[in-house]
Amino acid sequence: MSCERVSNSLVSYLDGRASAEERSIVEAHLQSCAACRERAEEFRRLWDVMAEAPAVEPSFGFDARLRQRIAAEARPRLWSWLVPSPRLAAAVVVLVGLSIFVSVKPNKPMTTGNSTVNSEEQFRMIKDLGVLENYDVLSNFDALSDLPGAQPASGQPEQTPDDPGSGNGAS
Amino acid sequence: MARSDVQLMLDVKAGDELSFEILLKKYLTPLVNFLYRMVKDQAAAEDLAQEVFLRVYRARKEYSPSAKFTTWLFRIATNLALNAIRDGRFRQMQISIDTPRDEDEQVIEIAAPENRADDRLIERERNQMIRGAILALPEKQRAAVILHKYQEMDYAQIGKILGCSESALKSLLFRAYETLRVQLALLVARPAAQPAGEGKQS
Repeated sequence: MSCERVSNSLVSYLDGRASAEERSIVEAHLQSCAACRERAEEFRRLWDVMAEAPAVEPSFGFDARLRQRIAAEARPRLWSWLVPSPRLAAAVVVLVGLSIFVSVKPNKPMTTGNSTVNSEEQFRMIKDLGVLENYDVLSNFDALSDLPGAQPASGQPEQTPDDPGSGNGAS
Repeated sequence: MARSDVQLMLDVKAGDELSFEILLKKYLTPLVNFLYRMVKDQAAAEDLAQEVFLRVYRARKEYSPSAKFTTWLFRIATNLALNAIRDGRFRQMQISIDTPRDEDEQVIEIAAPENRADDRLIERERNQMIRGAILALPEKQRAAVILHKYQEMDYAQIGKILGCSESALKSLLFRAYETLRVQLALLVARPAAQPAGEGKQS
């Protein structure tokens, strides 16, 4: 076997990962080739020399910098998932803001004299709201209390039960 | 029971941020070291490492465990590094004993109290020669050597990362180590042939 053909198996032979077949081929060649034996020996020493090259430790703060970049990356992605359009997002924000503003404003405490008067008037109006709502019923309350007598027709003058002209209308 | 990397990544896909933290802690140092050996300095390596982890995070929703997690991770890292080198973003380090070490490099060194200043200088020069020789390799050979020698990956995995067959990879590795053997002949030579004062004294 030529040196060139063995060369491709030399590295795997030296690092112990060669197959049994590869190993026997290389071993047979090394026994007969002094140049390849020398090369194999120098490869071994080269690897020892390479192992001397020191490793480095990541600098302090590498993790923190990476986390910052990931957080910066995650934020817009979440936002874009929630709201596909920035214009729509802006419109939603404005609408929500306005609705909060409108709903919160009347509940603010009022401290001026005029405001106190206004709130008393409003309270009275609210208290009388039931009367206003049932205005039609209450306006005819007297007539209802006179039942079972005849009710006056709308637009006609109110008559008492003692009125002799009531009922037939003819004299 | 410890979860596999693939399971951790599937958990990240399902929204578990803590699993991403576990993967980050596990692979941060190996990845920074891989990139440090691929590019000029540590700052550049860390910039690339940040980009790699960001890409992993961005791709979490589309992740499917078709290969080992490390294959996927280092393929992203290798592609980013090769693109960066080809774009000329990171100058290749010149082999020179005058090249000062980067200020921000945090090299793991086991301090030996008996180390004298000249011993440390020799050690530093040796390290720079080794690093310079690796950085002088063609990019693909460099990646293959780093993944083989320093990441200790198997041929199938390196082949998947670099997109080449096992046989092509073995040929690539042989050529790379042959170049390094020549470039570092001074350090690789038999101890008896070393000039006085060279190399480590025990």
